Amino acid sequence: MNAAWKNIRADFPILDQQVNGHPLVYLDNAATTQKPQCVIDALTNYYRKDNANVHRGIHTLSMRATSAYEAARERAAKFLNAAEPGEIIFTAGTTDGINLVANAWGDENLKPGDVILLTEMEHHSNMVPWQLLARRTGAKLRYLPIVAGDTGLLDLTQLDKVLTPDVKIFAFIHVSNTLGVINPAAELCAAAKKVGALTLVDAAQSTGHLPLDVRTMGCDFLAVSGHKMCGPTGVGLLYGRKALLDAMPPYRGGGSMISSVEYFESKWAPAPAKFEAGTPNIADVIALARAMDYLDDLGREAIAQHDEKLAAVAYARLQAEVPGIRVLGPAHHRSGVVSFDLKGVHAHDVVTMADQEGVALRGGHHCNQPLMKKLGLSSTSRASFYLYNTEAEIDRLVATLQKISKFFAG
Amino acid sequence: MQDLTDLYQSVILDHNRRPRNYSVLPTANRVGSGNNPMCGDQMTVYVKLEGDRIADLSFQGSGCAISKASTSLMTVNLKGKTIAEAEAIYAGVHKLVTTGTVAEDDMSDLAALAGVHQFPARIKCATLGWHAALNAAKGDAQPVTTEKPSD
Repeated sequence: MNAAWKNIRADFPILDQQVNGHPLVYLDNAATTQKPQCVIDALTNYYRKDNANVHRGIHTLSMRATSAYEAARERAAKFLNAAEPGEIIFTAGTTDGINLVANAWGDENLKPGDVILLTEMEHHSNMVPWQLLARRTGAKLRYLPIVAGDTGLLDLTQLDKVLTPDVKIFAFIHVSNTLGVINPAAELCAAAKKVGALTLVDAAQSTGHLPLDVRTMGCDFLAVSGHKMCGPTGVGLLYGRKALLDAMPPYRGGGSMISSVEYFESKWAPAPAKFEAGTPNIADVIALARAMDYLDDLGREAIAQHDEKLAAVAYARLQAEVPGIRVLGPAHHRSGVVSFDLKGVHAHDVVTMADQEGVALRGGHHCNQPLMKKLGLSSTSRASFYLYNTEAEIDRLVATLQKISKFFAG
Repeated sequence: MQDLTDLYQSVILDHNRRPRNYSVLPTANRVGSGNNPMCGDQMTVYVKLEGDRIADLSFQGSGCAISKASTSLMTVNLKGKTIAEAEAIYAGVHKLVTTGTVAEDDMSDLAALAGVHQFPARIKCATLGWHAALNAAKGDAQPVTTEKPSD
């Protein structure tokens, strides 16, 4: 770990506070991550010094805002190793990016009988847009199952059976928000390519958490949320291969996405402008680029190792030290997400009680009701780690869960 | 900091551990269901209505300690009551879990739900089963949800 890691907790002012009389232990990073001071500064500096609308203005502030906005696109292209900045569309987040593809690409390219392949571990955001698309076009949904048991791994022995030539797009989550599974994205993309299917990767939990390179992965689309990687809320990225973006019709109409407009017809601007109608989320885009710098200063390989180590320690200690706990997900090669079920204690009660100890967890179905059903659970509690979490915080987590378990065993 | 024993009083813990009337009611002529899409909780309430009187009721489902205990306490308190009486009792419970104050009557064991008002995120848990039961008794066949249908 390099020098950037040295005072890492001081980079995040929000961490330094008491919650219900205890120092905050923030373990809800899969929901959203905290923001370093440099990202907060990027936001405030933009509004204090450079705020103006982009792309149309001739005046100095507008040119400054435009150049920072487009520099952010270059930064994002580099961050994902896209072939060119024109492959990056700024969105409101992962959900927005998936909806863009399901609408702009899906409506144009799917017909009755075509198959949309998903996996059983998808977040609702990578399920519902496809259900809507299937309803509009008559295409069918199909799912790659997960193996029986608690690891939550994809059943790759079934891949050839479900990934057939009638599959037009295979959309899958890179890292599971529920179970922490890291899916073999490159392998899945290669398999899809073999049958002529496109791929969309939901990278909400992986971008900014582990090294990610769209060209090595070989995906066609990849959707990202800024707020899950130290960036602001309400901003995200959609990567799309340029040839695909060029061929797709627009998603939303408005200013900025046209080359010419007449009263009854308009011509579209080339991608990415074609997909960015209206005044974009300039400030958040610029701050998101700053978050990418921050993450690369730390090193994404180092972040992945840090998360995996904390998750492994938490997995082992919870299993060994908390009575009546069932820890879900794989024991090894996982992200920083650790979900668990405490016997006889509902996740809501776990989260309320942990909050009283200053420990922020999440409880519920984690936007994956079908997966919960398959695991035979209605909800789980989830601790999710990120770069600023420490082993001392796992001590607090373990002690808190022991207390909860004891309280309910009464 | 709130004292957790305010929320998880012994009455709540007891009803969570040993929910009363926790079964399918074979003689039920009304069934109501409630679900909380935010957490996946699901409650089914069975009501045997005789005229406007709740002759018997029971419930089953999955939920947190608060929703389970509150629904269990409800089955004990609404048995034998008319719909109007049941609505009046619920009005008292609603006031209790939102403000922490007890209505003028003695609420007996229902008073254990008073601590809920300090945890606004949990109020919906406490009212889920009551909505399902009252809707069933009043003949509203729509499943109730803690969220608006458009959510």
